[in-house]
Amino acid sequence: MVTPGADGRFGEFGGRFVPETLIPACQELEAAFVDAWADPSFRKELDEVLREYAGRPSMITECHNLSEQLGIRLILKREDLNHTGSHKINNVIGQTLLAKRMGKKRIVAETGAGQHGVASATAAALMGLECKVYMGAVDVARQELNVFRMRLLGSEVEAVTSGSQTLKDAVNEAMRDWVATVESTHYCLGSVMGPHPYPYMVRQFHRVIGDEASEQCNELLGTNPDFVVACVGGGSNAMGIFSGFVDTPARLIGVEPAGGAAVGRGQPGVVHGMKSYLMQDEHGQVAEAHSISAGLDYPGVGPEHSYLASIGRSEYPTVTDDEVISAFQVMSRAEGIIPALECAHAMAWIIREAPKMQGKTVLMNLSGRGDKDVGQMMNILGGMK
Amino acid sequence: MSGRLETALRARIDSGGKCLVPYITGGYPGWVDAIRACAANGADAVEIGIPFSDPVMDGPIIQQASQVSLEAGTTPLSILHEVRTLDVGIPLAVMCYYNTVFHAGEKRFASDLAAAGISAAIVPDLPLEESGPWTSAADEAGIETVMLAAPTAPDERLQRVTERARGFVYSVGLLGVTGERATLAGTATALAARVKKVTTKPVLVGVGVSNAEQAVEASRVADGVIMGASVVRRMMEGGPDAVGAYVREVREALENTQW
Repeated sequence: MVTPGADGRFGEFGGRFVPETLIPACQELEAAFVDAWADPSFRKELDEVLREYAGRPSMITECHNLSEQLGIRLILKREDLNHTGSHKINNVIGQTLLAKRMGKKRIVAETGAGQHGVASATAAALMGLECKVYMGAVDVARQELNVFRMRLLGSEVEAVTSGSQTLKDAVNEAMRDWVATVESTHYCLGSVMGPHPYPYMVRQFHRVIGDEASEQCNELLGTNPDFVVACVGGGSNAMGIFSGFVDTPARLIGVEPAGGAAVGRGQPGVVHGMKSYLMQDEHGQVAEAHSISAGLDYPGVGPEHSYLASIGRSEYPTVTDDEVISAFQVMSRAEGIIPALECAHAMAWIIREAPKMQGKTVLMNLSGRGDKDVGQMMNILGGMK
Repeated sequence: MSGRLETALRARIDSGGKCLVPYITGGYPGWVDAIRACAANGADAVEIGIPFSDPVMDGPIIQQASQVSLEAGTTPLSILHEVRTLDVGIPLAVMCYYNTVFHAGEKRFASDLAAAGISAAIVPDLPLEESGPWTSAADEAGIETVMLAAPTAPDERLQRVTERARGFVYSVGLLGVTGERATLAGTATALAARVKKVTTKPVLVGVGVSNAEQAVEASRVADGVIMGASVVRRMMEGGPDAVGAYVREVREALENTQW
């Protein structure tokens, strides 16, 4: 695993491309994180909250039915069973503990599907911090239950009506807020993206997924899996689980939506504080992503993914919305587990590629549960008879 | 050796005056005439915004103007193409986000600016630590890179930022994004005073300088002002004539003040 230096680089990717106003805050955050991460009392407190509040460690589940259907050995890492229903809680517990340690009274966050927003609102309630969540107006409409959850948890939710009104615009608006409030506010960024130290820090907060999974796989299999598969928007759940296996021979697969394939179809660019693969037009305007899943509707990707892709360590295939809708149903019926639409991307790739993986062991990060998506799927599937 | 922008600003300062640099969103309907109106009514230079899809330093007014411009098909090259034939007798600077530069390639972008007769560039999401590839290309092409000094920066950082600045030092008027405010933030003059202590380059206050009165207030400490949202709003509401009248009003307020 790469530990970026002061320049925040993973190979040529990463860095810190933010307005001058935010530079001291990024430097302060970097120093505070490095100090906290090396402090046994901080790590102890983090572990305790993750265990007693978030429900860690999350278990792994062997999918006997799907394994038989697909001719592979499929194992799920159950981040869907964490408190708030996704892996996002790992990072927000870490960042809110850090925000308190830095003396910040308020956090701001962006959210796509609402999972990071709900997790942030939850942690803010727990830690007694004020919280404001920015969410694209399109996402507010398609994830209204999560909007209500955040408000119920005491957070303010602002619908962002600029640009494509999705995740990238929510990030812009959260950054604008942070530029104006940086002295009192911590920006609780929700993925392995943004300016240094976020990509590194968020990965460290999520590597617990991979560290646990590595141990659990060793116990179950006596070895590492052949494939480790996760969906990728910004890429936090994927970086979390990849962390446990990047130094093994396992093939690392990050599945992107066809309409938001930053690595697959993008080229290096700079937005949201980082240099990374980015979907953009011929003039360098950032393209709008289109995906059935609000959580993956993002034209960029975390810089460490760009680095791993550039050195050939991980692969970033795409799946279509139709494949995702099908995988969502297959998993629900075969295993009695309704996956988040984001994770259905990983499932869709596994289903499609299973004929080429016969007899192999496949570890998939089930990073979130599908409760938030059943309303949208009911509309798409027409209620089902 | 000073570039064209710094030379023009120094001429104003040396004659006992204060500098006025309006901002115009490139590609917005009427933008070329708005630049002419600025030049004819007392601007020392004009900052031309190259619209970007994700302008994180900009508030609602400039965001809206950028979006209108982009929807009309504006590209960085279409702006430079029109600027090429624009002879207004004062230096022109561009304000653009870094991906516009990076995507074109630093060297090519710098030479494109120079070929269009642009004197300077302001890249608000390119802080000192990341600026090397651009500033070396810009220096080589004779483009002055204006650096931003922020209220959050400690003195030793202000020193390093101002050393790298060419043309002038952009002293950020407040914690926040571009847009009009009812009063000038206290940080505006406080920061300008701190910046003046560490540099002899022209120091202009921008972000949140919203009317003639605030321009005068900021200029009591600084060498002048950059005015963005209040100019762009007039361009959107009343076109180039409204821009010209406003620039004239601010220029007169600056002229009629004893410094």
